Amino acid sequence: MSFLTMTNLEKLFGQNRVVKDFSLSVEKGEFISLLGPSGCGKTTVLRMVAGFESPTAGGITIDGKDVTGLKANSRNIGMMFQAYALFPNMTVADNVAFGLKVKGAPRAERDARVAEMLALIGLEDLGARFPFQLSGGQQQRVALARALAPRPSVLLLDEPLSALDAKVRVSLRNQIRQIQQDLGITTIFVTHDQEEAMSISDRIVVMNGGVADQVGAPFEIYNRPRTKFVANFVGTLNTFEVEVTDPTTGRVTLAGQGLSLPNAPLAAHVGEKLSVALRPEALRLGRLPDAEALLTAKVTDVNFMGSVIRLKADLAGAAVSLDTFNRPDTPPPVVGSEVEVSLSGRDFILLQA
Amino acid sequence: MPKQPGGQRLRLPLEWLGILPFLIFAMLFLIMPTMKIVIGAFQTADGSFTLQNLIDLNTDSIRSAYWTSLKLSFVTALLGCAIGFAMAAAVVFGGIPKGVRNPLVTFSGVASNFAGVPLAFAFIATLGPVGLVTVWLRTEFGINLRAMGFNLLSFWGLVITYLFFQIPLMILIIIPALDGLKREWREAAAVLGATGAQYWRMVALPILFPSLLGTFALLFANAFGAVATAFALTGPQLNIVPIKLFAQIRGDVLGNPNLGYALAFGMIVITALANFLYIWLRVRSERWLK
Ligand SMILES: Nc1ncnc2c1ncn2[C@@H]1O[C@H](COP(=O)(O)OP(=O)(O)O)[C@@H](O)[C@H]1O
Ligand SMILES: [Mg+2]
Repeated sequence: MSFLTMTNLEKLFGQNRVVKDFSLSVEKGEFISLLGPSGCGKTTVLRMVAGFESPTAGGITIDGKDVTGLKANSRNIGMMFQAYALFPNMTVADNVAFGLKVKGAPRAERDARVAEMLALIGLEDLGARFPFQLSGGQQQRVALARALAPRPSVLLLDEPLSALDAKVRVSLRNQIRQIQQDLGITTIFVTHDQEEAMSISDRIVVMNGGVADQVGAPFEIYNRPRTKFVANFVGTLNTFEVEVTDPTTGRVTLAGQGLSLPNAPLAAHVGEKLSVALRPEALRLGRLPDAEALLTAKVTDVNFMGSVIRLKADLAGAAVSLDTFNRPDTPPPVVGSEVEVSLSGRDFILLQA
Repeated sequence: MPKQPGGQRLRLPLEWLGILPFLIFAMLFLIMPTMKIVIGAFQTADGSFTLQNLIDLNTDSIRSAYWTSLKLSFVTALLGCAIGFAMAAAVVFGGIPKGVRNPLVTFSGVASNFAGVPLAFAFIATLGPVGLVTVWLRTEFGINLRAMGFNLLSFWGLVITYLFFQIPLMILIIIPALDGLKREWREAAAVLGATGAQYWRMVALPILFPSLLGTFALLFANAFGAVATAFALTGPQLNIVPIKLFAQIRGDVLGNPNLGYALAFGMIVITALANFLYIWLRVRSERWLK
């Protein structure tokens, strides 16, 4: 049995079914992200695990024990909130010691643990400060230390980085991941930022309207999205209409060029139009020997971002996004120019609904 | 505007004009009367300097008047804070429907200003010797308040009457403070293993302490200075400082205005001491505030 299980969780607020038949098994030491747009029920799932909301139906177990009816203060969980959750009337050290203090741990043990935790987050010298004397990033690191100090069995993080500025956000997310791996603590991380979720998770749960659309490793979610929603929410997507020429072998045509789609046979008849998608990096500039098809595109926008150049172009009647790496010896194409684009049928993503 | 050469020019400080009415008001009704009281407390009837007025305060009757006033103010402030806090907490955190909150706040706004003769009359009409509630309890339930030792025109009668404006005042001031307690603090405490009581003792009350202290000081001053209610309720017979003061100014009993100034001076000193105590406690409890 998995370390943390949620089985057929459902939550109604009044008539509003916010979480619908949500099931998830998390292995010990795994880092799982709940990813989805605002209002899709991520926080509600997390709050049911924490014990702040009781599920309308379904159950939760932690380490083989049913905790569904247990109060928040007896679940031994660590939680980090979006912001401003440190106790403002306590110093950093007292904040970190709080969980041990309420459990009645002796002074010496508390002090030792606080020192250990502050060292872990790299704030050894700030124990005597009050929260208002810290930056947002420092406050969140203290919040992490406070959550970890009582050695919780599960760590829950509800968009802990969303109130920070971009640079701090990236460095802190890496630090959270590092600490999580060092301690081997089972973690659920809520975010609406797909890049954040992909960069630090073992697995991602993409949520949409209270249900889990897809669960999988970042590579899988990105490259083999199961639904249109997942494909669109995770990364950028170009969609095309192709015409089926042979369903058994997966042959289709796009702008007169033949391609072989993956997952043949296709559930379609000859002549049927299919909606397929391609990631921006699967459209490759230039004439490449391994490509199945070569099309001409007209550049409409050039966005030089450093190591990556993102182009917008008209291709086979569709407005597409196209990513290419910077090369010091080749200036990017100019707006209005025509470029050759190589693509292959195996890179296409077939989307359900 | 370009800088004018030739040094400074006189300019009408327009930005101060707005608070001019307040300054005039404070001057006329706060600073000047206070100066008059302080000076008057050290003057004889013909205007020469004396300490006799202050020495004259040291009589049994005046000492007990101060003592009773302090007790009354302290007790009504304490009870007002405790009861008002419980009511506000019930409204903000309890499962009480949203529809209760606004009427309660509106009522509190009215009741906290309900004082003086109308309030005294209302209480005499309900809890006085022949008041509605008194008579109703006696005839319907055979409960005789008077025989049980209750008398509206006494210390505890006055306490109950003062509570009618003290509790609403507390509610008005403390509800915003309770709203300021973040849900994350309660939840962070809970998830760290704290019980509700531990959260209140270690987090919520320390955070609220400055507000509670401030409200207590305000309620104390409110009761300490309230003369109209007390006088209207009990007449000159209850021995508290505002009534004594009233008597001196009106010249009913002794008719010594300078003794009246000394009485008022004593009140100013006590209020000032209470304020210093308040500020000192507040500074100590607010180290964590920006
Ligand atoms: N206590 C509540 N009462 C009523 N509706 C709620 C409550 N909490 C959340 N909701 C609703 O449930 C939906 C999901 O909320 P939430 O779980 O916070 O979404 P997310 O964290 O994904 O943004 C939202 O439509 C929100 O308005
Ligand atoms: Mg949320």
